[in-house]
Amino acid sequence: MKRQDPAPTTFLWDDPSIIAIRRDMLRFAQMQLRDAAIAEDMVQEALIAAMTNTSGFAGRAAFKTWMFAILRNKIVDHIRRSAREIPGSDFVDASDPDAADFDTLFDQRGFWNPDERPATWSDPDAALSQKQFWAVFDICLNNLPERVARVYMMRELLELDTAEICRQLGISNNNCWVILHRARTGLRECLENRWFKGEALA
Amino acid sequence: MISCKESTRLMSEDHERALTLRERLALRIHTMMCLGCTNYGKQMVFLRKAARRYREGKHGDR
Repeated sequence: MKRQDPAPTTFLWDDPSIIAIRRDMLRFAQMQLRDAAIAEDMVQEALIAAMTNTSGFAGRAAFKTWMFAILRNKIVDHIRRSAREIPGSDFVDASDPDAADFDTLFDQRGFWNPDERPATWSDPDAALSQKQFWAVFDICLNNLPERVARVYMMRELLELDTAEICRQLGISNNNCWVILHRARTGLRECLENRWFKGEALA
Repeated sequence: MISCKESTRLMSEDHERALTLRERLALRIHTMMCLGCTNYGKQMVFLRKAARRYREGKHGDR
């Protein structure tokens, strides 16, 4: 990867670091879009945008962060374009089979059932630099009910605000908050069971 | 006293809107007496941090 001012810059597409970044971008896009072809399109668009706008590139250390910011913008644009084609009523089913699952975490009064009470994780930050942890994180995202995962990813990974997510999906603010609460709780539980338990539980 | 279900809901919504003073007090009192919810709160902060790494592609540096 070389940087030349002014544009056009020459990224070397067979540079191992670019290949790795491209692979990670594709994985990220597929998680968000759940459509391999569209994910591929978004990554291509992001790469083209990157090549034609190198002034945004602050330096090699920030390169990947910058590429991901462009990719997120492309994905958000796509979601905004296609949201109008998705009828909101299909998104949230009135009879919600997942709600029952969530309720087993708490007793009738709404207090933690003993087996479900969040444990103390020791040194969770250390997990962030471990490859296996991120594989578990992906598994846990995929384990969430699809629409729950979708709202969570729009909120936390694409950084849309709740109001926009609600508008795109045709659901109420309150419904959105309920779904996010469920997503965070489910993710927490999954990470505890699949990673922190045995690993680092106090 | 609010329940754990209510307390975790408030901790999640704290990321989405400004909690009222009453909600914040209820949450504080609850978590002072509930280790499970205290842990939940810390884990929410951790999840935020993890999500930031994820969206910046730093999770790919494996």
